[in-house]
Amino acid sequence: MLIQHRPEILPSEITPPDVYSERRNFLRDMALGVGAAGLGLIGNSHAAQAGPTRFEAVTPGPFSATDEKLTPYTSITEYGNFYEFGPDKDSPARNAHRLRTRPWTVSIEGEVKAPKTFVIEDILKWAPLEERVYRMRCVEGWSAVIPWVGFPLNELIKRCDVTGNARFVEFWSLADPEQMPYVRVPFLDWPYVEALRLDEAMHPLALLGLGMYGEHMPKQNGAPLRVVVPWKYGFKGAKSIVKVRFVEKQPPTVWTKASPDEYGFYSNVNPDVPHKRWSQSHERRLGEFFKRKTLPFNGYGEQVAGLYAGMDLRKNF
Amino acid sequence: MNMQKATPPIAQVKVALFLLALLPLGRLLWAAYTDNFGPNPVEFVQRWTGTWTINLLLLTLCISPLRAVTQWHWLLRLRRMLGLFTFFYATLHFLSFIGFDHSFAVDEIAKDIFKRPFVTVGFAAFLLLIPLAATSNQWAIRKLGGRKWQELHRNVYLIGILACVHYFWLVKATALLWPLAYSVALAFLLGWRVRERQRKAIPVPQFQGAKPLKFFRQKPD
Repeated sequence: MLIQHRPEILPSEITPPDVYSERRNFLRDMALGVGAAGLGLIGNSHAAQAGPTRFEAVTPGPFSATDEKLTPYTSITEYGNFYEFGPDKDSPARNAHRLRTRPWTVSIEGEVKAPKTFVIEDILKWAPLEERVYRMRCVEGWSAVIPWVGFPLNELIKRCDVTGNARFVEFWSLADPEQMPYVRVPFLDWPYVEALRLDEAMHPLALLGLGMYGEHMPKQNGAPLRVVVPWKYGFKGAKSIVKVRFVEKQPPTVWTKASPDEYGFYSNVNPDVPHKRWSQSHERRLGEFFKRKTLPFNGYGEQVAGLYAGMDLRKNF
Repeated sequence: MNMQKATPPIAQVKVALFLLALLPLGRLLWAAYTDNFGPNPVEFVQRWTGTWTINLLLLTLCISPLRAVTQWHWLLRLRRMLGLFTFFYATLHFLSFIGFDHSFAVDEIAKDIFKRPFVTVGFAAFLLLIPLAATSNQWAIRKLGGRKWQELHRNVYLIGILACVHYFWLVKATALLWPLAYSVALAFLLGWRVRERQRKAIPVPQFQGAKPLKFFRQKPD
Protein backbone atom coordinates (compact mmCIF):
# COMPACT_ATOMS: atom_id res chain seq x y z
CA MET A 1 0.00 0.00 0.00
CA LEU A 2 0.93 3.56 -0.63
CA ILE A 3 1.68 4.43 2.95
CA GLN A 4 4.19 1.61 3.39
CA HIS A 5 6.04 2.47 0.22
CA ARG A 6 6.80 6.05 1.00
CA PRO A 7 7.53 6.86 4.57
CA GLU A 8 8.85 10.31 3.69
CA ILE A 9 5.41 11.82 3.05
CA LEU A 10 2.36 10.36 4.60
CA PRO A 11 -0.67 12.27 3.45
CA SER A 12 -2.44 11.09 6.54
CA GLU A 13 0.27 12.58 8.72
CA ILE A 14 0.59 15.86 6.96
CA THR A 15 -3.12 16.50 6.70
CA PRO A 16 -4.99 16.80 9.98
CA PRO A 17 -6.22 13.28 10.71
CA ASP A 18 -9.81 14.34 11.22
CA VAL A 19 -9.87 15.97 7.84
CA TYR A 20 -7.99 13.34 5.97
CA SER A 21 -8.78 10.03 7.53
CA GLU A 22 -12.07 10.19 9.28
CA ARG A 23 -13.95 12.67 7.16
CA ARG A 24 -12.59 11.11 4.03
CA ASN A 25 -13.69 7.65 5.00
CA PHE A 26 -16.97 8.99 6.21
CA LEU A 27 -17.62 10.86 2.99
CA ARG A 28 -16.58 7.95 0.88
CA ASP A 29 -18.82 5.67 2.80
CA MET A 30 -21.62 8.12 2.31
CA ALA A 31 -20.87 8.08 -1.39
CA LEU A 32 -20.95 4.31 -1.35
CA GLY A 33 -24.30 4.40 0.30
CA VAL A 34 -22.95 2.94 3.51
CA GLY A 35 -24.74 5.41 5.67
CA ALA A 36 -24.32 3.80 9.05
CA ALA A 37 -21.83 5.81 11.03
CA GLY A 38 -20.12 2.80 12.57
CA LEU A 39 -19.11 1.43 9.21
CA GLY A 40 -17.17 4.58 8.51
CA LEU A 41 -14.43 3.33 10.78
CA ILE A 42 -13.83 0.13 8.86
CA GLY A 43 -11.74 2.04 6.40
CA ASN A 44 -10.27 0.83 3.18
CA SER A 45 -11.97 -2.50 2.75
CA HIS A 46 -14.54 -1.36 0.23
CA ALA A 47 -14.31 -2.53 -3.32
CA ALA A 48 -17.60 -1.27 -4.65
CA GLN A 49 -17.69 0.44 -8.01
CA ALA A 50 -19.73 3.36 -6.79
CA GLY A 51 -16.96 5.36 -5.18
CA PRO A 52 -13.22 5.80 -5.40
CA THR A 53 -11.22 2.80 -4.29
CA ARG A 54 -7.59 2.53 -3.36
CA PHE A 55 -4.93 1.46 -5.79
CA GLU A 56 -2.96 -1.68 -4.97
CA ALA A 57 0.52 -0.38 -5.56
CA VAL A 58 1.60 3.21 -5.87
CA THR A 59 5.22 4.30 -5.67
CA PRO A 60 6.54 7.80 -5.09
CA GLY A 61 7.22 9.55 -8.38
CA PRO A 62 9.59 12.35 -9.32
CA PHE A 63 8.91 16.11 -9.21
CA SER A 64 6.86 15.89 -6.01
CA ALA A 65 6.52 19.08 -4.00
CA THR A 66 7.50 17.34 -0.79
CA ASP A 67 7.79 20.54 1.23
CA GLU A 68 4.21 21.59 0.58
CA LYS A 69 1.25 20.94 2.83
CA LEU A 70 -1.33 18.80 1.08
CA THR A 71 -4.73 20.31 0.46
CA PRO A 72 -7.30 18.21 2.33
CA TYR A 73 -9.06 15.57 0.29
CA THR A 74 -12.43 17.08 1.12
CA SER A 75 -11.42 20.48 -0.23
CA ILE A 76 -10.22 19.04 -3.50
CA THR A 77 -13.31 16.91 -3.97
CA GLU A 78 -15.87 19.46 -2.80
CA TYR A 79 -14.54 22.58 -4.46
CA GLY A 80 -13.67 22.91 -8.11
CA ASN A 81 -14.71 23.62 -11.65
CA PHE A 82 -16.18 20.90 -13.83
CA TYR A 83 -18.73 22.81 -15.83
CA GLU A 84 -20.26 19.72 -17.37
CA PHE A 85 -21.74 19.15 -13.91
CA GLY A 86 -22.77 22.70 -13.19
CA PRO A 87 -21.54 26.26 -12.81
CA ASP A 88 -20.80 26.41 -9.09
CA LYS A 89 -17.76 25.26 -7.17
CA ASP A 90 -19.79 22.59 -5.40
CA SER A 91 -21.74 21.49 -8.48
CA PRO A 92 -19.25 18.76 -9.42
CA ALA A 93 -19.41 17.20 -5.95
CA ARG A 94 -23.20 17.26 -6.07
CA ASN A 95 -23.74 16.06 -9.63
CA ALA A 96 -20.76 13.97 -10.69
CA HIS A 97 -22.29 10.80 -9.27
CA ARG A 98 -24.14 10.59 -12.58
CA LEU A 99 -20.90 9.82 -14.39
CA ARG A 100 -20.44 6.18 -15.40
CA THR A 101 -16.73 5.41 -15.52
CA ARG A 102 -17.06 1.78 -16.68
CA PRO A 103 -17.03 0.77 -19.45
CA TRP A 104 -14.67 3.53 -20.58
CA THR A 105 -12.73 3.84 -23.80
CA VAL A 106 -10.40 6.44 -25.23
CA SER A 107 -10.28 6.77 -29.01
CA ILE A 108 -7.12 7.91 -30.73
CA GLU A 109 -7.64 9.96 -33.88
CA GLY A 110 -6.10 12.47 -36.26
CA GLU A 111 -2.45 12.37 -37.25
CA VAL A 112 -1.85 8.75 -36.27
CA LYS A 113 -0.86 5.83 -38.42
CA ALA A 114 -4.10 4.06 -37.56
CA PRO A 115 -6.96 5.22 -35.36
CA LYS A 116 -7.50 2.96 -32.38
CA THR A 117 -9.34 2.65 -29.12
CA PHE A 118 -7.94 1.95 -25.67
CA VAL A 119 -9.93 0.61 -22.76
CA ILE A 120 -9.38 1.96 -19.28
CA GLU A 121 -8.54 -1.44 -17.80
CA ASP A 122 -5.55 -1.69 -20.13
CA ILE A 123 -4.49 1.92 -19.67
CA LEU A 124 -4.25 1.39 -15.92
CA LYS A 125 -1.65 -1.34 -16.55
CA TRP A 126 0.57 0.54 -18.98
CA ALA A 127 3.07 1.76 -16.44
CA PRO A 128 3.76 1.64 -12.71
CA LEU A 129 1.47 4.01 -10.84
CA GLU A 130 3.29 6.90 -9.23
CA GLU A 131 2.23 9.38 -6.60
CA ARG A 132 3.15 12.89 -7.59
CA VAL A 133 2.42 15.80 -5.30
CA TYR A 134 1.82 18.72 -7.64
CA ARG A 135 0.79 22.28 -7.09
CA MET A 136 -2.40 23.16 -8.96
CA ARG A 137 -3.05 26.79 -9.80
CA CYS A 138 -6.50 27.78 -11.02
CA VAL A 139 -6.74 30.74 -13.37
CA GLU A 140 -9.27 32.19 -10.92
CA GLY A 141 -6.58 32.77 -8.30
CA TRP A 142 -6.91 29.81 -5.95
CA SER A 143 -4.53 26.91 -5.71
CA ALA A 144 -4.06 23.52 -4.14
CA VAL A 145 -1.44 20.86 -3.53
CA ILE A 146 -2.66 17.51 -4.75
CA PRO A 147 -1.12 14.05 -4.43
CA TRP A 148 -2.06 12.73 -7.85
CA VAL A 149 -1.74 9.11 -8.89
CA GLY A 150 -0.81 8.37 -12.48
CA PHE A 151 2.09 8.08 -14.85
CA PRO A 152 3.70 10.30 -17.46
CA LEU A 153 1.35 11.43 -20.19
CA ASN A 154 4.00 10.43 -22.70
CA GLU A 155 3.17 6.79 -21.93
CA LEU A 156 -0.12 7.47 -23.71
CA ILE A 157 1.36 9.48 -26.56
CA LYS A 158 3.99 6.78 -27.20
CA ARG A 159 1.28 4.19 -27.75
CA CYS A 160 -0.58 6.25 -30.34
CA ASP A 161 1.84 5.87 -33.30
CA VAL A 162 1.63 9.48 -34.36
CA THR A 163 2.62 10.57 -37.86
CA GLY A 164 5.35 13.09 -38.59
CA ASN A 165 2.71 15.77 -39.03
CA ALA A 166 1.46 15.66 -35.46
CA ARG A 167 2.52 18.79 -33.62
CA PHE A 168 -0.38 19.35 -31.22
CA VAL A 169 -2.59 17.02 -29.26
CA GLU A 170 -6.19 17.60 -28.26
CA PHE A 171 -7.88 16.02 -25.26
CA TRP A 172 -11.63 15.67 -25.56
CA SER A 173 -13.77 15.32 -22.47
CA LEU A 174 -16.95 13.31 -22.43
CA ALA A 175 -20.03 15.41 -23.25
CA ASP A 176 -22.98 13.14 -22.63
CA PRO A 177 -26.06 15.12 -21.58
CA GLU A 178 -27.46 12.07 -19.82
CA GLN A 179 -24.52 11.96 -17.44
CA MET A 180 -23.47 15.59 -17.61
CA PRO A 181 -26.63 17.66 -17.45
CA TYR A 182 -24.97 21.01 -18.01
CA VAL A 183 -23.62 20.25 -21.47
CA ARG A 184 -27.16 21.10 -22.53
CA VAL A 185 -26.40 24.67 -21.46
CA PRO A 186 -24.29 26.32 -24.13
CA PHE A 187 -22.03 28.49 -21.98
CA LEU A 188 -19.10 26.65 -23.48
CA ASP A 189 -18.78 25.14 -26.92
CA TRP A 190 -19.08 21.52 -25.79
CA PRO A 191 -17.39 19.14 -25.74
CA TYR A 192 -14.61 20.47 -23.55
CA VAL A 193 -11.48 20.23 -25.68
CA GLU A 194 -8.11 21.30 -24.39
CA ALA A 195 -4.83 20.92 -26.20
CA LEU A 196 -1.08 20.92 -25.71
CA ARG A 197 1.87 21.24 -28.01
CA LEU A 198 3.22 17.74 -28.57
CA ASP A 199 6.51 18.47 -26.80
CA GLU A 200 4.60 19.79 -23.81
CA ALA A 201 2.56 16.61 -23.68
CA MET A 202 5.72 14.52 -23.94
CA HIS A 203 7.41 16.36 -21.07
CA PRO A 204 7.94 14.02 -18.11
CA LEU A 205 6.20 16.50 -15.79
CA ALA A 206 2.91 16.16 -17.67
CA LEU A 207 0.87 13.48 -15.99
CA LEU A 208 -1.91 11.18 -17.05
CA GLY A 209 -3.95 11.44 -13.87
CA LEU A 210 -5.73 8.27 -12.81
CA GLY A 211 -6.34 9.04 -9.18
CA MET A 212 -5.42 11.08 -6.15
CA TYR A 213 -4.71 10.46 -2.48
CA GLY A 214 -3.93 6.84 -3.35
CA GLU A 215 -7.40 6.25 -4.74
CA HIS A 216 -8.97 6.02 -8.16
CA MET A 217 -9.91 9.44 -9.49
CA PRO A 218 -13.06 10.82 -7.85
CA LYS A 219 -15.72 11.47 -10.46
CA GLN A 220 -15.85 15.18 -9.72
CA ASN A 221 -12.12 15.44 -10.36
CA GLY A 222 -12.24 13.88 -13.82
CA ALA A 223 -12.57 10.12 -13.49
CA PRO A 224 -11.43 7.81 -14.82
CA LEU A 225 -8.54 9.62 -16.47
CA ARG A 226 -7.48 13.20 -16.98
CA VAL A 227 -4.53 15.35 -17.89
CA VAL A 228 -2.48 17.12 -15.22
CA VAL A 229 -0.12 19.85 -16.42
CA PRO A 230 1.05 21.51 -13.23
CA TRP A 231 2.85 24.45 -14.84
CA LYS A 232 -0.32 25.59 -16.58
CA TYR A 233 -3.58 26.92 -15.22
CA GLY A 234 -5.88 24.15 -14.09
CA PHE A 235 -8.34 24.45 -16.95
CA LYS A 236 -5.70 23.10 -19.34
CA GLY A 237 -6.05 19.70 -17.67
CA ALA A 238 -8.98 18.09 -19.48
CA LYS A 239 -11.02 15.70 -17.38
CA SER A 240 -12.86 12.45 -18.14
CA ILE A 241 -11.10 12.05 -21.48
CA VAL A 242 -12.75 10.00 -24.23
CA LYS A 243 -10.80 11.13 -27.25
CA VAL A 244 -7.21 12.10 -28.03
CA ARG A 245 -6.65 13.70 -31.40
CA PHE A 246 -3.35 14.68 -32.95
CA VAL A 247 -3.26 17.67 -35.27
CA GLU A 248 -0.75 19.61 -37.27
CA LYS A 249 -1.81 23.19 -36.50
CA GLN A 250 -2.45 24.82 -33.16
CA PRO A 251 -6.11 24.04 -32.58
CA PRO A 252 -8.70 26.28 -30.99
CA THR A 253 -9.58 25.09 -27.49
CA VAL A 254 -12.78 25.39 -25.55
CA TRP A 255 -11.49 28.41 -23.63
CA THR A 256 -9.75 30.22 -26.46
CA LYS A 257 -13.02 29.93 -28.35
CA ALA A 258 -15.00 31.20 -25.37
CA SER A 259 -12.80 34.25 -24.71
CA PRO A 260 -9.62 34.59 -26.73
CA ASP A 261 -8.37 37.70 -24.93
CA GLU A 262 -8.81 36.12 -21.50
CA TYR A 263 -7.48 32.64 -22.12
CA GLY A 264 -4.49 31.91 -24.29
CA PHE A 265 -3.53 28.62 -25.88
CA TYR A 266 -0.49 28.19 -23.66
CA SER A 267 -1.93 29.46 -20.38
CA ASN A 268 1.27 28.84 -18.52
CA VAL A 269 1.06 30.08 -14.95
CA ASN A 270 2.58 33.54 -15.17
CA PRO A 271 2.39 36.11 -12.39
CA ASP A 272 3.43 38.84 -14.83
CA VAL A 273 0.57 38.41 -17.27
CA PRO A 274 -2.66 39.48 -15.62
CA HIS A 275 -5.98 38.03 -16.59
CA LYS A 276 -8.21 40.59 -18.20
CA ARG A 277 -10.23 41.00 -15.03
CA TRP A 278 -7.71 40.31 -12.28
CA SER A 279 -4.03 40.17 -11.43
CA GLN A 280 -2.32 36.79 -11.46
CA SER A 281 0.53 37.90 -9.22
CA HIS A 282 -0.86 36.18 -6.12
CA GLU A 283 -2.91 33.15 -5.29
CA ARG A 284 -4.77 31.74 -2.34
CA ARG A 285 -4.31 28.17 -1.22
CA LEU A 286 -7.56 26.45 -0.48
CA GLY A 287 -8.21 26.63 3.23
CA GLU A 288 -5.98 29.67 3.77
CA PHE A 289 -7.04 33.25 4.41
CA PHE A 290 -4.09 35.14 3.05
CA LYS A 291 -2.56 35.15 -0.38
CA ARG A 292 0.88 34.05 -1.45
CA LYS A 293 2.98 34.99 -4.44
CA THR A 294 2.37 33.04 -7.63
CA LEU A 295 5.53 31.54 -9.11
CA PRO A 296 6.39 31.58 -12.82
CA PHE A 297 5.35 28.26 -14.35
CA ASN A 298 3.78 27.55 -10.97
CA GLY A 299 7.24 26.85 -9.61
CA TYR A 300 8.17 24.36 -12.34
CA GLY A 301 10.27 26.77 -14.39
CA GLU A 302 13.41 24.72 -13.83
CA GLN A 303 11.75 21.78 -15.57
CA VAL A 304 9.71 23.43 -18.32
CA ALA A 305 11.00 26.93 -19.09
CA GLY A 306 13.15 25.41 -21.84
CA LEU A 307 10.03 24.44 -23.76
CA TYR A 308 9.38 28.10 -24.41
CA ALA A 309 12.89 29.34 -25.14
CA GLY A 310 12.78 32.33 -27.45
CA MET A 311 9.04 32.79 -27.14
CA ASP A 312 7.44 36.01 -25.96
CA LEU A 313 5.32 34.68 -23.12
CA ARG A 314 3.36 37.90 -22.88
CA LYS A 315 2.15 37.40 -26.42
CA ASN A 316 1.86 33.65 -26.14
CA PHE A 317 0.03 33.80 -22.84
CA MET B 1 -57.42 55.34 17.16
CA ASN B 2 -57.70 52.55 14.60
CA MET B 3 -54.23 53.33 13.45
CA GLN B 4 -52.96 53.00 16.98
CA LYS B 5 -54.57 49.60 17.29
CA ALA B 6 -52.97 48.34 14.07
CA THR B 7 -49.52 49.37 15.22
CA PRO B 8 -47.60 46.45 16.71
CA PRO B 9 -45.41 47.03 19.77
CA ILE B 10 -42.67 48.72 17.78
CA ALA B 11 -39.95 48.29 20.39
CA GLN B 12 -40.34 44.53 20.35
CA VAL B 13 -40.46 44.43 16.57
CA LYS B 14 -37.26 46.40 16.47
CA VAL B 15 -35.50 44.05 18.88
CA ALA B 16 -36.65 41.06 16.84
CA LEU B 17 -35.47 42.63 13.60
CA PHE B 18 -32.16 43.57 15.17
CA LEU B 19 -31.56 39.98 16.23
CA LEU B 20 -32.64 38.65 12.85
CA ALA B 21 -30.28 41.01 11.08
CA LEU B 22 -27.45 39.71 13.25
CA LEU B 23 -28.00 36.13 12.11
CA PRO B 24 -25.75 36.42 9.02
CA LEU B 25 -22.98 37.65 11.33
CA GLY B 26 -23.76 34.75 13.63
CA ARG B 27 -23.19 32.35 10.75
CA LEU B 28 -19.71 33.78 10.27
CA LEU B 29 -18.91 33.60 13.97
CA TRP B 30 -20.10 30.02 14.05
CA ALA B 31 -17.84 29.18 11.11
CA ALA B 32 -14.94 30.79 12.95
CA TYR B 33 -15.76 28.96 16.18
CA THR B 34 -15.98 25.57 14.48
CA ASP B 35 -13.08 26.43 12.17
CA ASN B 36 -15.16 25.44 9.19
CA PHE B 37 -15.26 28.09 6.52
CA GLY B 38 -15.24 25.50 3.74
CA PRO B 39 -12.55 24.95 1.13
CA ASN B 40 -12.18 28.62 0.19
CA PRO B 41 -12.70 30.57 3.42
CA VAL B 42 -12.18 34.04 2.01
CA GLU B 43 -14.47 33.49 -0.92
CA PHE B 44 -17.08 32.28 1.55
CA VAL B 45 -16.73 35.33 3.79
CA GLN B 46 -16.72 37.76 0.88
CA ARG B 47 -19.72 36.21 -0.80
CA TRP B 48 -21.63 35.92 2.43
CA THR B 49 -21.09 39.54 3.46
CA GLY B 50 -21.70 40.77 -0.09
CA THR B 51 -24.90 38.81 -0.45
CA TRP B 52 -26.22 40.06 2.87
CA THR B 53 -25.34 43.62 2.01
CA ILE B 54 -27.46 43.50 -1.10
CA ASN B 55 -30.21 41.51 0.65
CA LEU B 56 -30.52 44.18 3.30
CA LEU B 57 -30.26 46.97 0.76
CA LEU B 58 -33.21 45.58 -1.18
CA LEU B 59 -35.09 44.95 2.04
CA THR B 60 -34.57 48.59 2.98
CA LEU B 61 -35.93 49.63 -0.40
CA CYS B 62 -38.96 47.41 0.16
CA ILE B 63 -40.16 49.47 3.09
CA SER B 64 -41.72 52.34 1.13
CA PRO B 65 -43.68 50.24 -1.37
CA LEU B 66 -44.74 47.83 1.35
CA ARG B 67 -45.94 50.70 3.47
CA ALA B 68 -47.88 52.19 0.57
CA VAL B 69 -49.54 48.89 -0.22
CA THR B 70 -50.38 47.85 3.34
CA GLN B 71 -50.80 51.30 4.87
CA TRP B 72 -48.68 50.05 7.77
CA HIS B 73 -46.98 53.32 8.47
CA TRP B 74 -45.00 51.91 11.37
CA LEU B 75 -42.84 50.07 8.82
CA LEU B 76 -41.07 53.33 8.23
CA ARG B 77 -39.66 53.14 11.71
CA LEU B 78 -37.71 49.98 10.80
CA ARG B 79 -36.06 51.46 7.74
CA ARG B 80 -33.18 53.15 9.47
CA MET B 81 -32.11 49.96 11.19
CA LEU B 82 -32.19 48.03 7.93
CA GLY B 83 -30.20 50.75 6.25
CA LEU B 84 -27.60 50.72 8.98
CA PHE B 85 -27.32 46.94 8.84
CA THR B 86 -26.78 47.27 5.09
CA PHE B 87 -23.87 49.53 5.90
CA PHE B 88 -22.66 47.15 8.60
CA TYR B 89 -22.43 44.19 6.21
CA ALA B 90 -21.01 46.41 3.46
CA THR B 91 -18.27 47.39 5.92
CA LEU B 92 -17.52 43.75 6.73
CA HIS B 93 -17.47 43.05 3.00
CA PHE B 94 -15.07 45.92 2.42
CA LEU B 95 -12.87 44.88 5.36
CA SER B 96 -12.67 41.31 4.07
CA PHE B 97 -11.57 42.72 0.74
CA ILE B 98 -8.87 45.07 2.01
CA GLY B 99 -7.78 42.64 4.72
CA PHE B 100 -7.77 39.24 3.12
CA ASP B 101 -7.06 40.29 -0.46
CA HIS B 102 -4.51 42.98 0.26
CA SER B 103 -3.43 42.66 3.91
CA PHE B 104 -4.49 46.32 4.35
CA ALA B 105 -1.71 47.55 2.01
CA VAL B 106 -3.07 50.89 0.85
CA ASP B 107 -1.16 51.06 -2.44
CA GLU B 108 -2.31 47.57 -3.40
CA ILE B 109 -5.89 48.41 -2.52
CA ALA B 110 -5.76 51.61 -4.55
CA LYS B 111 -4.27 49.79 -7.53
CA ASP B 112 -6.96 47.15 -7.36
CA ILE B 113 -9.75 49.71 -7.13
CA PHE B 114 -8.52 51.39 -10.29
CA LYS B 115 -7.68 48.22 -12.14
CA ARG B 116 -10.70 46.01 -11.75
CA PRO B 117 -13.94 47.65 -12.84
CA PHE B 118 -16.10 45.59 -10.52
CA VAL B 119 -13.96 46.66 -7.58
CA THR B 120 -14.22 50.28 -8.72
CA VAL B 121 -17.98 50.05 -8.81
CA GLY B 122 -18.22 48.25 -5.49
CA PHE B 123 -15.93 50.75 -3.86
CA ALA B 124 -17.97 53.65 -5.24
CA ALA B 125 -21.13 52.11 -3.83
CA PHE B 126 -19.44 51.73 -0.44
CA LEU B 127 -18.23 55.34 -0.45
CA LEU B 128 -21.71 56.56 -1.26
CA LEU B 129 -23.10 54.54 1.63
CA ILE B 130 -20.91 56.28 4.18
CA PRO B 131 -22.69 59.66 4.22
CA LEU B 132 -26.03 57.90 4.34
CA ALA B 133 -24.99 55.88 7.37
CA ALA B 134 -23.46 58.99 8.96
CA THR B 135 -26.70 60.92 8.61
CA SER B 136 -28.99 58.15 9.78
CA ASN B 137 -29.93 59.91 13.00
CA GLN B 138 -32.38 62.56 14.17
CA TRP B 139 -29.68 65.12 14.75
CA ALA B 140 -28.51 64.94 11.13
CA ILE B 141 -32.07 65.20 9.82
CA ARG B 142 -32.64 68.34 11.88
CA LYS B 143 -29.27 69.77 10.92
CA LEU B 144 -29.71 69.15 7.20
CA GLY B 145 -33.39 69.82 7.01
CA GLY B 146 -35.87 67.27 5.72
CA ARG B 147 -35.60 68.14 2.06
CA LYS B 148 -31.81 68.12 1.87
CA TRP B 149 -31.65 64.97 3.93
CA GLN B 150 -34.08 63.25 1.62
CA GLU B 151 -32.19 64.35 -1.46
CA LEU B 152 -28.99 62.95 0.01
CA HIS B 153 -30.65 59.68 0.85
CA ARG B 154 -31.98 59.26 -2.67
CA ASN B 155 -28.41 58.18 -3.41
CA VAL B 156 -29.50 54.79 -2.22
CA TYR B 157 -31.04 54.22 -5.66
CA LEU B 158 -27.69 54.82 -7.31
CA ILE B 159 -26.03 52.62 -4.70
CA GLY B 160 -28.48 49.85 -5.52
CA ILE B 161 -27.67 50.11 -9.22
CA LEU B 162 -23.93 50.15 -8.52
CA ALA B 163 -24.31 47.10 -6.28
CA CYS B 164 -26.02 45.18 -9.07
CA VAL B 165 -23.40 46.23 -11.62
CA HIS B 166 -20.71 45.16 -9.14
CA TYR B 167 -22.39 41.78 -8.80
CA PHE B 168 -22.84 41.30 -12.55
CA TRP B 169 -19.28 42.26 -13.23
CA LEU B 170 -17.67 39.93 -10.76
CA VAL B 171 -19.41 36.69 -11.64
CA LYS B 172 -18.46 34.75 -14.70
CA ALA B 173 -20.77 34.20 -17.62
CA THR B 174 -21.84 30.87 -16.16
CA ALA B 175 -23.35 32.39 -13.04
CA LEU B 176 -25.39 35.35 -14.21
CA LEU B 177 -28.64 34.09 -12.74
CA TRP B 178 -28.27 35.59 -9.25
CA PRO B 179 -27.13 39.05 -10.26
CA LEU B 180 -29.94 39.01 -12.79
CA ALA B 181 -32.48 38.10 -10.12
CA TYR B 182 -31.25 40.88 -7.83
CA SER B 183 -31.31 43.37 -10.69
CA VAL B 184 -34.87 42.46 -11.57
CA ALA B 185 -35.87 42.95 -7.95
CA LEU B 186 -34.10 46.31 -7.84
CA ALA B 187 -35.67 47.38 -11.14
CA PHE B 188 -39.06 46.51 -9.70
CA LEU B 189 -38.44 48.56 -6.55
CA LEU B 190 -37.12 51.55 -8.47
CA GLY B 191 -39.84 51.23 -11.11
CA TRP B 192 -42.45 51.42 -8.40
CA ARG B 193 -40.98 54.71 -7.22
CA VAL B 194 -40.96 56.16 -10.73
CA ARG B 195 -44.60 55.23 -11.17
CA GLU B 196 -45.47 56.66 -7.79
CA ARG B 197 -43.89 59.97 -8.77
CA GLN B 198 -45.80 60.07 -12.02
CA ARG B 199 -49.02 59.25 -10.22
CA LYS B 200 -48.51 62.03 -7.72
CA ALA B 201 -47.64 64.44 -10.53
CA ILE B 202 -51.09 64.15 -12.13
CA PRO B 203 -52.43 67.63 -11.07
CA VAL B 204 -50.09 69.38 -13.46
CA PRO B 205 -51.67 68.35 -16.79
CA GLN B 206 -55.09 68.97 -15.24
CA PHE B 207 -54.12 72.50 -14.50
CA GLN B 208 -52.83 73.06 -18.02
CA GLY B 209 -55.96 71.75 -19.64
CA ALA B 210 -58.30 73.76 -17.45
CA LYS B 211 -58.29 77.09 -19.17
CA PRO B 212 -56.19 78.80 -21.78
CA LEU B 213 -54.15 81.47 -20.21
CA LYS B 214 -55.47 84.96 -20.57
CA PHE B 215 -52.17 86.24 -21.70
CA PHE B 216 -52.45 84.44 -25.04
CA ARG B 217 -56.05 85.41 -25.67
CA GLN B 218 -55.44 88.90 -26.64
CA LYS B 219 -53.06 89.79 -29.34
CA PRO B 220 -50.81 92.51 -28.13
CA ASP B 221 -51.23 95.59 -30.26
